[in-house]
Amino acid sequence: MTMTEPVSGRFGDFGGRFVPETLVPACEELEAAFRSAWADEDFRGELNRLLADYAGRPSPLTECHRLSEELGLRLLLKREDLNHTGSHKINNVLGQALLAVRMGKTRLVAETGAGQHGVATATAAALFGLDCVVYMGEVDMERQALNVFRMQLLGAEVRSALSGSRTLKDAINEAMRDWVATVENSHYCLGSVMGPHPYPWMVRELHRVIGDEAREQCRRLLGTDPDVVTACVGGGSNAIGIFSGFVDGDAALVGVEPAGGAAIGRGVPGVVHGSKSYLMQDEHGQVLEAESISAGLDYPGIGPEHSHLAAIGRARYETVTDDEVVAAFELMSRTEGIIPALEPAHALAWVSRAREELAGQSVLLNLSGRGDKDVDQMMGRLVTGGGRTE
Amino acid sequence: MSAEPGPLEAALRNRRSQGGKALVPYVTGGLGDWQATLSAAADAGADAIEVGIPFSDPVMDGPVIQEANDRALAGGITPQGVLDALGRLDIGIPLAVMTYYNIAFRFGLERFASVLAEQGVAAAILPDLPLEEAGPWSEAADAAGVETVLLAAPTASDERLGRICARTRGFVYGVGLLGVTGVRGELATSAVVMAKRLKQMTDLPVLVGVGVGTPEQAEEVCQVADGAVVGSAVVRCMLGEGSPMAVGELIGQFRRALD
Ligand SMILES: Cc1ncc(COP(=O)(O)O)c(C=O)c1O
Repeated sequence: MTMTEPVSGRFGDFGGRFVPETLVPACEELEAAFRSAWADEDFRGELNRLLADYAGRPSPLTECHRLSEELGLRLLLKREDLNHTGSHKINNVLGQALLAVRMGKTRLVAETGAGQHGVATATAAALFGLDCVVYMGEVDMERQALNVFRMQLLGAEVRSALSGSRTLKDAINEAMRDWVATVENSHYCLGSVMGPHPYPWMVRELHRVIGDEAREQCRRLLGTDPDVVTACVGGGSNAIGIFSGFVDGDAALVGVEPAGGAAIGRGVPGVVHGSKSYLMQDEHGQVLEAESISAGLDYPGIGPEHSHLAAIGRARYETVTDDEVVAAFELMSRTEGIIPALEPAHALAWVSRAREELAGQSVLLNLSGRGDKDVDQMMGRLVTGGGRTE
Repeated sequence: MSAEPGPLEAALRNRRSQGGKALVPYVTGGLGDWQATLSAAADAGADAIEVGIPFSDPVMDGPVIQEANDRALAGGITPQGVLDALGRLDIGIPLAVMTYYNIAFRFGLERFASVLAEQGVAAAILPDLPLEEAGPWSEAADAAGVETVLLAAPTASDERLGRICARTRGFVYGVGLLGVTGVRGELATSAVVMAKRLKQMTDLPVLVGVGVGTPEQAEEVCQVADGAVVGSAVVRCMLGEGSPMAVGELIGQFRRALD
């Protein structure tokens, strides 16, 4: 299979555009603007230049010799942690910011969980001279305080989302409410492959560069595709980005969700935040509150294309516990000298647990971000006596 | 259009043909003494009532209705609980449920539509279900005889408004401003503009809601519109420990302003 443009915003049974009527024309305008920009060589050239000269692409592929030996497999990391701002999120944001300017918008609105998407959006807003408001759950503002200050340094206003679980889900609600009121001058810079059409498609296209680069890098190193491609899944953007380079080949695709935020692992189809997808919800349709050590994955839903990939069996989705993630976080730090973000530590936690099944195989892991933002939280957990830090 | 107007459309047309303006308050199901509040609203002269089925993530709602949703959910209300209660109620005016699509989707669209009909609910309003996505639900609702009220927003082109007017049932719900529900200091100029645009386009009753928070604002928008939907002002009164009587008194003020 290949990943093409979804017809009417649908990936099989999933996707769509379930938004308040006020936003429908804005989604249509965005869809048309992205389609024309994506077909425009000047736009692509400018984005590629930014990705190279500003964000530092291409990101390297690192073979982990010590960790591979320890796990009994061949582990390769796609180093999105080395991008400017510290995660894969910048790929999407530079594209959307460029598009916002092209559409004549003067203000970016974003939600953020771990703060990485918020930091990337604030960065792009500073770069293009746009106003920027980032919504963040109150709980996340506490556990990712460093990123709150980074956003403020970059000139963004960070507004706390006080409703519900006060995490990513609630930040998205607030961002959508903001956009309903400001749609004439604001672009909603959504941070993952979720939300109403065209976001799941557009954000995937903007992260496709991860998979395209990784495929070339793997073929140079291995002479072929890796046996397994794995990534953590919150909304699913870093995973879709790397999967898109391999979906038409033979590599097994494995998304890793936190046990406390496992839309595919524990959810059933539902509709929230603009699209139909797997969703953790109760028997009455009330959305459940996720609970994960990682603010970036603390989300009860998942992007619709992942639901489709799961439904047709092209990708599979595993869950890992917070404790397994912490062990993986320490393992990578000590054996490779790379402190990962807690989010991609989920993917390593799965690889580590599944090492027997994966024995002797080549495994490409998307290292979606670096761990600087998590050091404080981990210090609370690992140094000062083991309790959760929030 | 269906040949026979449903009970909601009939009630609103009736008010208009008598030269009056329709008043449709919104009450969050499961919040405090909500059932007695519905009766009080009917007694105070409401033409129909929108009853909210609380949802965990109400993206079209501002802080007041969010808080009402949270409180009602914390009190243990379920969609079935709201619908059962509505079935037992007899207040003599049509009721419309207002909820988010996932509630209906999880219930099962056909089952949700038929339960609404069984419990005597005339209509449904699903603010995150725009025209393009409304097909499966509208079919189920039509088959069960439930009127599906569509929203029309200031951002729509005339062409789009035309399609919305053609598909809505009961009335056209004009969104008065760019934004979510909540009481504002003044009526947005977009409210009257919205009403004018819709009135030129359809013979259906045109009601404006979102940002209509005082009797004066309701009166102002009804210079053009056939009626007003009043949500946050009513719910704010309920949240402030407003007794059904106090809410009835508030709705009475709106009624007198429109008469
Ligand atoms: C480093 C990193 N990886 C992954 C994610 C999760 O997002 P997604 O599933 O869209 O890649 C986040 C979100 O904040 C993140 O910061």
